Amino acid sequence: MKINFTINGKGRAKEIKASTLLIDLIRDGLKLKGTKPGCFEGECGACTVLVDGHAINSCLYLAVNVAGKSITTIEGLGGEDQFLDIVQEKLIEHGGVQCGFCTSGMAMSIKSYSDKCKEEGKVPNRNEVAKSLEGNLCRCTGYVKIVDAAISVCGN
Amino acid sequence: MNDELKYIGKPQPKFDAKERTTGRSVYGHDIELSGMLHGAILRTKYPCAEIISIDVSEAEQLAGVECVITAADIDANKISFKEDHPVLKSGLVSCIRDEIAAVAAETKEIAEQALKLIKVKYNERQGIYDPFESLEEEAVQINQWQPEDSPKNVSMTFEYEHGDLEEQKSKSKVIVKRRYHLQKMTHCCMGSSNITADYNPAEKKLTLYCGTQVPFLYQRDMAHCLKMDPSRIRVIQPVIGGGFGSKLDVNPFEPICAFLSMKTGRPVQILYSRYEEFLASPTRQSMAIDLTSGADENGRFTFREVEIIKDNGAYTSWGATTPFVMMQTFSSLYKMPACKLTSTAVYTNNPNAGSFRGYGNPQATFSVERNIDLLAEELGMDKSQIRKLNSNTPGEITGQGMHFRTCGLLEAMEIVAEKSNYESKKDMEQSGRYRRGIGLGSMLHVGGGAKIYRSDGCGTTLKLDPYGCLTIITGSSEIGQGSETVLAMIAMEEMGLSEDKIKIINSDTDVKPWDVGVHASRTSFIAGNSLLGAIGKMKEMISPRAAKLMGVEIQDLVYEKGLIRCAQSDVQIALDKVVRDLHFMPPHELAEVSYFYEPPSKYQDKGFKGDVSGNYAFAAQAIEVEVDTYTGNVKVLDVWVAQDVGKVLNPMGLQGQIEGGVVMGIGYGLTEETQMKDGYVLNPNFHNYKLLTASDVPEIHFYPVETNDPAGPYGAKGVAEAPLIPTAAAIANAVSNILGVEMNELPVTPERVLKAMKNKSELTERLV
Repeated sequence: MKINFTINGKGRAKEIKASTLLIDLIRDGLKLKGTKPGCFEGECGACTVLVDGHAINSCLYLAVNVAGKSITTIEGLGGEDQFLDIVQEKLIEHGGVQCGFCTSGMAMSIKSYSDKCKEEGKVPNRNEVAKSLEGNLCRCTGYVKIVDAAISVCGN
Repeated sequence: MNDELKYIGKPQPKFDAKERTTGRSVYGHDIELSGMLHGAILRTKYPCAEIISIDVSEAEQLAGVECVITAADIDANKISFKEDHPVLKSGLVSCIRDEIAAVAAETKEIAEQALKLIKVKYNERQGIYDPFESLEEEAVQINQWQPEDSPKNVSMTFEYEHGDLEEQKSKSKVIVKRRYHLQKMTHCCMGSSNITADYNPAEKKLTLYCGTQVPFLYQRDMAHCLKMDPSRIRVIQPVIGGGFGSKLDVNPFEPICAFLSMKTGRPVQILYSRYEEFLASPTRQSMAIDLTSGADENGRFTFREVEIIKDNGAYTSWGATTPFVMMQTFSSLYKMPACKLTSTAVYTNNPNAGSFRGYGNPQATFSVERNIDLLAEELGMDKSQIRKLNSNTPGEITGQGMHFRTCGLLEAMEIVAEKSNYESKKDMEQSGRYRRGIGLGSMLHVGGGAKIYRSDGCGTTLKLDPYGCLTIITGSSEIGQGSETVLAMIAMEEMGLSEDKIKIINSDTDVKPWDVGVHASRTSFIAGNSLLGAIGKMKEMISPRAAKLMGVEIQDLVYEKGLIRCAQSDVQIALDKVVRDLHFMPPHELAEVSYFYEPPSKYQDKGFKGDVSGNYAFAAQAIEVEVDTYTGNVKVLDVWVAQDVGKVLNPMGLQGQIEGGVVMGIGYGLTEETQMKDGYVLNPNFHNYKLLTASDVPEIHFYPVETNDPAGPYGAKGVAEAPLIPTAAAIANAVSNILGVEMNELPVTPERVLKAMKNKSELTERLV
C-alpha cells in the first residue's frame, strides 16, 4: 500500500507492506541510518523517533500508522538551517555521549519531553527528567551526563 | 612538562560527539555494500544433544537463498583460546548457543525463513550445568577437544603462591573462611554484535567490517580459523556500539560470515538480534570463590588462601585467563605477607563465558572486601581503620613482584571516609521499615597496560600536511571510551594545534600500525605514550628546519596556535610553512614519522611473578544504601568514589567513565544476572534482564587522586575498568552491615535480602 507522510519536514510517498515496522521504513526504506536498532522489542529506546512530536519506539510502531503524519528522526532534529539542535548541543557540552548508539534515541526523547514541558510552561526537576528517560537504556554513561544535558535543555 | 598545560586537565567534549549526536556515525548495522547478502545462523534446539542428521535441501530451494552451510561445507580450524571451539558444530552440540548451519540470502526475512526449513534430528542428552558436577568422577567429558594435559572437564588452571602460608596462619588471631557465589552477567552493548564480510575471489582478499577490540590479534585468529594468510585479511572497525570486553575473542558468527562470503563471492552481513546477543555473546564468568583470610591481633592482614571454580561453559575464551588479573587482587590489594591461589575453569554445557570490564577483578574484589569486613567484625575493629592500616604504599614491591612506584590508595580511602561522613553513618541505629547504612570497598587494577601478550605496545604514525593539519594514525581503537579525544588533546597540547587541525585514523589494519588492542584500561596510557613518542620524533624533524628558517636556536622554539615562535624574540613562522619547506626544498622530505611504544612492564615468570604493568591504579568507594525491610529492596543513595588516576587528562571523559562504571557496578551488585536453567537462558531480553535506568542512578561523588606517575603520559594511569570493580562489594558490605547478615552472593536481590533476614531471625529465635 502507498502512504504519504512528512519526514524531517519533507513530504514523501512510499510503498509499504501492512506489516512494515516504522524502523524498517526509516532505516531500510528511507536510508536514514541514524535511528538505531537496539532490541526490536520496545525495551531500549535506541530507535526512538518523533511522530507528530510524540516520542515513540519505531520498532513497535507499524509504518502504516504514519500516513498523513509528520516524522522527525535524529537527522531532522537540527531543522533545515541549524546544524545542531539545542538537545544535541547540550548532549555534547555535558559529555552525554560515549559509544553513541543510544544517543539518537536519547536525543529524540529529550526533545519530545522538553517540548512538552515548554508547552505546559513547566520546568521539571531532576527526578522528573530522569523519569522521562526511563525508556532509553544506556550502557556507557551511567545516565548522569545525559540527565544533566536534558535538564539544561528543559531549563531553557 | 606539566607546567602551564593548556588542554590537558581541562574538560574536552568528545572529539567525535558531533558525529554521534547527529546520527551520522556509521556503525556495523548501518553498512550496506553493493550486492550484499544477509546471513543468519541456525542454533541448536537443545543445550546437549547428538545431531543425528541435518537436512538443508528445502532451505536451499527457497527463492532468494544464495548459500546454506553446515560443518560439512567448510574447512576451518577451531577457534578459541584453547582451540576447542568448532565454528559450526557436527556430531555433538554442547550448549544452547551452538551454531549448526548458516544461510546467506537476499533479505533478512528470506534468511530467517530459510532457517526454519532446515531439518535437524537430535538425540537429546543429559547435560551438566554445574561446574562442581562436571568435576565429579562419573561426569562425561563435555568438550572433546579439551586440553589433553588437563584433568577431565578442566579447561585451565592457575596456581599462584607467595610467602609462608603456614607461618602467617600461626600469626593470625582471626581467620575467616567463606564461599562467595558470583553470577553471570551480559555486556548488553547497545549496539548488538555484527559483522560484514566481503570476500573478493579474484584477489583472494577478505575485508571484514567488525567491531573487534583487538584488530590485529583478530586478523591473526581469523586467518588461522579460515586457513588464510593474515595479510589477505583487512579488518575495518566501523563505529562500535559498546565493547566492555565483549569483543576480545573471535566468536563463531564471524568466521561463519566470512565463509558465507567466500562461498558466494558476495558481501554478507550478520547482525545479532537482542535475543542472540543474550544467548550467544560470552558472559562475565560465574564462579564460586572459597576465600580464607587472616589478620593478627593488631588487625594486620596475614594471608589469603583462595580456591576458585569457574564456569567456563562449553568452550574456552580469553575469559578463562581472568585469574591472571584476579590473583593480583588476592596477592597484592592491601599489604599481603602470604597468598596461595588455585583457580580451575571447568567445562559445563552452559554458553561459554568471556571477558568483561574488570576481567575477573569485580569477583575477586567482592570476596576480598567481604572477608575484610568479617575480619574487622571478629576483631572488633573499625572497617575503615583496618583497611587504612593495611593500605598499600608508594614504593611497595608486592609479593607478586608488582612495583607500586606511586600509590594513592590510602588517600583514596581517607577521602571517601571523610566525604561520605563515614564515622557518623557506620553504626546508625537500625529500626523501622527503611534502614540506612554504609559500606566500603577498595580496588587495585593495572593502570599501565598488562603484559599478557608478547608485546603490550602500540604504534603511532603522524603526518603533517602542507596546510598544517596533523593526522594521527594510531594502532589503538575507539570503542566509545574517549581515547580519540585524549589523543587529540595530547596533540593539541604538544603541537600547539587547535582541534580542527587534528584528524585521527584508527580503524583499518591496512593503514594503522600494530597495537595489541583495547583492553586492560590501557589505551590512554599506552597509545598516549606512543603518541608522545611520535610527537617527539616529529619535532626532531620540524624544529631544526623551523629554527633555520627563523634564524633562532632550536631550544627557544614554542609550538603555539598553529605557529612556531621564538620564546626570546617576536620571530615566528606558521607550522604549515615549515612543512611546505620540508616538502619542496632539498632534500625534499615528508613530515611523517612513526613510533612504537612498548611499556616498561615485564612479562611475568611461570609463577606469575613480575611487574606486569606500567603502573597501577587504586580506588576506594563508600556507598550508602537504604534497605526496605518489608520488600527486601535495596536502594543505592550515594556513591563516593576516590580513584588514583595518576593525572586527570580529560575531566569530562574521566567523570563519564566513573559514572558509567559505577552504574554498571550497581547493576552487577543489585539487578543483573544472566539466569540459566538446565542450559537455557531464562532472561534473554531487556524486559527480564534488568539494566538500571536513568531513575535508578544515585548521586555519584567523584574525587580524583593525582599521584603523577612517572610512567604515565603527563603522569596518568588507566581508569576505565576501576569504577565498577569495588562497587558491588561496597553495596553488599553496606547491606550486611545494616541488617547484621551476610550477603555473600550476587546480585543482592530483594529475595536474597528477605531470605537473609529470615534466616537471621530464625537463628536468633533458636538461640533465645
